[in-house]
Amino acid sequence: MLENLKQFASEFFVTGDPLIYGADVSIGLVTIAIVAGLTYFKKWKWLWRNWLTTVDHKKIGIMYILAAIIMMFRGGVDALMMRTQLAIPNFEFLHPEHYNQVFTTHGVVMILFMAMPFMFGLFNVVVPLQIGARDVAFPYLNSLSFWLFFLGAMLFNLSFVIGGSPDAGWLSYPPLSELQFNPGPGQNFYIWGIQISGIGSLATGINFLVTIIKMRAPGMTMMKMPMFTWSVFATCVIIIFAFPILTVTLALLFLDRFGGGHFFTLDGGGNPMMYINLIWMWGHPEVYIVILPAFGIFSEVVSVFSRKKLFGYTSMVFAMMIIAFVSFFTWAHHFFTMGSGADVNAFFALSTMLIAIPTGVKIFNWLFTMYRGRIRFDLPMLWTVAFIPAFIVGGMTGVLLAVAPADFQYHNSYFLIAHFHQVLIGGVVFGYFAGMYYWWPKMFGFKLNETLGRWSFWFWNIGFYVCFMPQYLLGLMGMTRRVSTFDWDTGWGPLNVVSTVGAYLMGIAFILQAVQIAYSFKYREKDTTGDMWDAHTLEWTIPSPAPEYNFAITPVVDSRDPLWVDKQRRAAGKLPQKDAKPKYEPIHMPSNSGIPIVFSTFFFIAGFGFTFHWVWMGVLGLAGVLACLAARSMNDDEGFYIPAEEVEKTEASLRGTL
Amino acid sequence: MAQAVSQHGHDHAHGHDHGHHDPQELKMLGFWIFLITDVVLFGTLFATYVVLHNNTAGGPTAHEIFEMPGVIAETFILLTSSFTSGLAVLAMNAGKVKQLISWLVVTWILGASFIFLEVDEFIKMVHEGFNYGTSAFATSFFTLVGTHGLHVSMGLGWMLLIMIQLARKGITDVTRGKVNVISLYWHFLDAVWIFLLSVVYLMGVM
Repeated sequence: MLENLKQFASEFFVTGDPLIYGADVSIGLVTIAIVAGLTYFKKWKWLWRNWLTTVDHKKIGIMYILAAIIMMFRGGVDALMMRTQLAIPNFEFLHPEHYNQVFTTHGVVMILFMAMPFMFGLFNVVVPLQIGARDVAFPYLNSLSFWLFFLGAMLFNLSFVIGGSPDAGWLSYPPLSELQFNPGPGQNFYIWGIQISGIGSLATGINFLVTIIKMRAPGMTMMKMPMFTWSVFATCVIIIFAFPILTVTLALLFLDRFGGGHFFTLDGGGNPMMYINLIWMWGHPEVYIVILPAFGIFSEVVSVFSRKKLFGYTSMVFAMMIIAFVSFFTWAHHFFTMGSGADVNAFFALSTMLIAIPTGVKIFNWLFTMYRGRIRFDLPMLWTVAFIPAFIVGGMTGVLLAVAPADFQYHNSYFLIAHFHQVLIGGVVFGYFAGMYYWWPKMFGFKLNETLGRWSFWFWNIGFYVCFMPQYLLGLMGMTRRVSTFDWDTGWGPLNVVSTVGAYLMGIAFILQAVQIAYSFKYREKDTTGDMWDAHTLEWTIPSPAPEYNFAITPVVDSRDPLWVDKQRRAAGKLPQKDAKPKYEPIHMPSNSGIPIVFSTFFFIAGFGFTFHWVWMGVLGLAGVLACLAARSMNDDEGFYIPAEEVEKTEASLRGTL
Repeated sequence: MAQAVSQHGHDHAHGHDHGHHDPQELKMLGFWIFLITDVVLFGTLFATYVVLHNNTAGGPTAHEIFEMPGVIAETFILLTSSFTSGLAVLAMNAGKVKQLISWLVVTWILGASFIFLEVDEFIKMVHEGFNYGTSAFATSFFTLVGTHGLHVSMGLGWMLLIMIQLARKGITDVTRGKVNVISLYWHFLDAVWIFLLSVVYLMGVM
């Protein structure tokens, strides 16, 4: 009996690596600390009521961003471990098998559990406020999306200490990811973790599309929408067409592994190349999903901090929609070397290069917006200005990679690694940082410390170039991706050291940001204006942080920059200095619900069961999921009303007119 | 603090006046967009089937394994159920709750018969040695047709819940929205089946 238990434990838990034992201990300690802290301060009820069951888009947004920052830490530690291993030729810091796991989880965590939730967090915080809505179209579904993402991410991260991490690369190509070559549970963690959070992403796409189409303030036509909202619209359109492909692809891989199917196997007539086509049909649009909202953020920031209207609004909208459309016709550029033939490669090379045109239009629009503007270099603007050169270089090397014949040289080399990190960090991460700094006062009612922010900014930027510029050269020198070590005589040693130094500089930058957030919380100065940046759009017309009902009175819009135009009208005396006292009405609010977190927990249980081929547990989890669906269907709760007197009181105290 | 809805129930009817949106209208648009995602889901499965349907790996081919009489029967049953679900909506619009539930019951029985026939067909295939792991053709066939069957089964469970709610509460704004949505879903599954019939069965036995 005891022997059996020992045997089970040694297979169930990841053993034998001191790094992982260290992680076990720290995870245990942190969990104990959280549970003890919540119990000691009697915060369990508060946590459940105010956060875990909330359907308020602003709180859900904050939880998304918090989760994204934690995941950025985890993905960043993975990155530093890889760079440490590669710092010196023949270094023995990570075993090759461990290295495989680390590059796999780094990619998955950064794209799916860092970039995606960061993006959804900003959607949630900003979009309803920017279009003058009280909430998203489906607040309950919104909460469900968050919890599906969160528990999917936790399931994936669990593989680190239980069962073993996936190690077949961030997109897990078969046949390597098939049962024959990858029998352990790691690959199942990959499938279920991403599948569960992917369903949440799909639901968010539907939710925000309906919100933007149906819930804009009176007068806000599509062509008067703020540019960030437009970018969310474009992204949601891509999500609803791309994410079902991911759902199917992962399901098929699971059916191969669990049900003995032959979709992608080498025997039985399976076709591994079909997986690679399918996963990139989702995967390429996915990179546009994460970059378009960053473009939207830059558009907002650049016009506010240049004190000008956005240059070329219409062309921005068209550029974004064209990118959204063409993004579905470029997927094969990820495997020009597959041998699809010159005609197929030519088509995908051209469609890829085509995307550079609308992107270039956007770059020029941002530059022209700055031209002759009175620019203020606050943190959001700093990140925006840093983005432009980084993205231009990253975009240009992308066009080089799109040249199909030349790609046979670059394919899967460090040249590629440098390219996509340059667009994903220089574009997506810089963009989300700009967004975080810009909307932070709206979320919490105070600005983040400027000095620490600048230190972090420079560490990030210098570290970024020091890390990735050498990698272009390493790629041209023949270093391929995913090698865990190399020999002295390759001559790759010096540039790899430089690159590792850059990675550590970015690590320091991240720590500085964490310090910045903690410091700013402690020494915060409460904002009383609601409009800390002298901004242009509706979210800044209400107090910071926004009250739970957002807008006491639904705003009416007649221009693209409603707040800015109103401020100008006031200055010119065309509008009274102070609004007449409005007549408040009761506001309808959705009720909180515990179902989303329970629902997602059952999904987590199902995923965990199928990961270890414990069918009883998988079936139990799925039965719980169905029970939650039924419970929701039978639920009659229609929400509640906030009485007009209470709205009036809240508004008076928030706006300081009491 | 907040007051319960019932005390302000009269405000609900004038929702549009103060920045409200008709929740049923939002749900209907949301469901249409969900159906788009479901089209993409089925489209991907169709694509894998089309790529793999000749990879029989020495196992039975489509020509050898499909038996059309059962499939034709399934088709007529599902098409009829789509028609009866339409009649249910007509009864609802006429305000006849009993008639509405009766038509939903008929739709439900037809849907359940469809599932019964499909499962029976699958079991026969397995007995003839054509199972999930036989070949890439078999895997993609069972997955594509099975996914449709799973959709129909989910719809049956859901329809049952809606019938219970209709019996309890009658036709309200909320239950009306639910019936509209499931009827849309049911027609959609019918349309998918037409594609299944053409691409999988008819092209398979031709």
